[in-house]
Amino acid sequence: MADVRLLQGNEAVVEGAMLGGLTFFAGYPITPSTEVAEGLARKLPKVGGKFIQMEDEIASMAAIIGAACTGAKTMTATSGPGFSLMQENIGYAYIAEVPCVIVNVQRGGPSTGLPTKVAQADTMQARWGTHGDYVAIALAPQSVEETIMLTIRAMNLSEEYRTPVILLMDEVLGHMREKVVMPEPGTFKVVNRTKPTVPANWYKHFEITPSFKSPMASFGDGYRFHVTGLTHNEEGFPTSESKKIHDKLFKLQNKIMRYVDDICEIETDGMEDAHVAVVAYGNVARAAKQAIQMARHRRMKVGQVRPITIWPTHDKKYHEIFSSKSLEVIIVAELNQGQYVTEIERVAPKHVKVVSLARFDSELITPDQILNKIKEVR
Amino acid sequence: MTPKTKANEAHESAKPAQVFDRFEIRLSGSGGQGLVLAGVIIAEAVSTLDGKNVVQTQSYGPEARGGASRTDLVISEGEIYYPKPMAIDLLLAMTQESCDLYHGGLKDTGVLIYDSHLVTQVPFARSIGIPFSQLARHEIGLPMVANVISLGAICAITKIVSEAALTKIVTKRSPRGTEEKNMQALQLGLKVGKEALEGSKL
Repeated sequence: MADVRLLQGNEAVVEGAMLGGLTFFAGYPITPSTEVAEGLARKLPKVGGKFIQMEDEIASMAAIIGAACTGAKTMTATSGPGFSLMQENIGYAYIAEVPCVIVNVQRGGPSTGLPTKVAQADTMQARWGTHGDYVAIALAPQSVEETIMLTIRAMNLSEEYRTPVILLMDEVLGHMREKVVMPEPGTFKVVNRTKPTVPANWYKHFEITPSFKSPMASFGDGYRFHVTGLTHNEEGFPTSESKKIHDKLFKLQNKIMRYVDDICEIETDGMEDAHVAVVAYGNVARAAKQAIQMARHRRMKVGQVRPITIWPTHDKKYHEIFSSKSLEVIIVAELNQGQYVTEIERVAPKHVKVVSLARFDSELITPDQILNKIKEVR
Repeated sequence: MTPKTKANEAHESAKPAQVFDRFEIRLSGSGGQGLVLAGVIIAEAVSTLDGKNVVQTQSYGPEARGGASRTDLVISEGEIYYPKPMAIDLLLAMTQESCDLYHGGLKDTGVLIYDSHLVTQVPFARSIGIPFSQLARHEIGLPMVANVISLGAICAITKIVSEAALTKIVTKRSPRGTEEKNMQALQLGLKVGKEALEGSKL
């Protein structure tokens, strides 16, 4: 019989993490993400995993990087202020190619902002939060049930591509309770990182292979292991040779961008003959769906585009989605002053108008607001 | 009646039943009255036992404790898109303040259930008053079970949650040693709810 439960979004992260094989969590509790830490503090030790509350978010991020290097599947959870503190070490995880998952249950900002109120204002921070060139992967669930699956997927992607993955939630999703049908074990994929099979003296921790994927030994496995935040060669030692620098950064970019077909999920509905498209991600996509149903009831041709993987952007896929001749306007609805809209402007055809529906007063965008915008632009 | 043209048919088939298949509840009162818990109990009963879909949200904030507090439920047989209420079918107001604050969100065909001991100015015609706080104090002897009495009344008046499911979850959620009092409270709520419904013009 199906296992039906009533779960909070944050509890769904916990369930997803356990199903995905999490073994190590380090964090510093912060509203509205605290229930993630609480849940994992209860559940991880029971299966031999480790939960550790660190002194702050900087240390939490450092701890999961260290643990991941020993072979653990790791996660931390935070909100905006903590996400800002983590940025330096998230950059370290990008360059050192360390798999880990960062859950950001977004609240209003900047700074301390609105601890108990909703926002989607870290959309760009998830992409460009740390300095330097890298490609971020970020996923945005819209429901409690989807949060379970996307938590597992975030862990899978981080293991597959040896990179940090950001799960971008929001306060409403984190706190709301919803009916969930728990996934049966065996009905979903769990990915574990590829380990080296070559003799120890052949192994290069950061080898640049034709696929740009390099096996990852665990610290203590007997392989030479050197990790640094300095730009490094294939062996992991600092380099200032321009060719090696180029190759390393080229790898960081292409180990993700070559696989966008696998990484990027974009859900579409009714785009074939739509005059107006509504782009919305995370929780707001649900208001969009409701508004679109209301609009269609009034015989307006409106389509929906829901980026589930919000970073990286799959340019080619968007070109296809927006290729319909009937399309005239794209509305991008988000709980910030207009962040993702700039990305949609970049990938939209030149003749299509892109307009922003931005709300930043700590309340959800309502279906009526979107419906009114649809009426206004068509 | 409009003729069934092709466009019309396509329109009819595209008409989503779900848009209108929503039952929206707001439970409101002051912080500490146990209304969020009452909301979670209804949510758990309708989702895990009655087989419906549900989304429960609540107001957070440092001002919540002691001030106006609320929890919202959207219940549907189909998929629930927008997770917050759009037009409220049932408002429970356990204080005058919450009643004043939230009655504007009720739809014309909605129902207001209020604590007739604490709410003296009733702003909505389609309403049923039950003295929850007084019943809890004098009939059960435990002021804190007013929320459970209100659950029984909601069940009897709206039938949105089955009595069996509600009984099961109230028992499950009762702190040890209080099961009996909570059951008494629920039974009392069911009884007064039924009587109030029969006595009302709804």
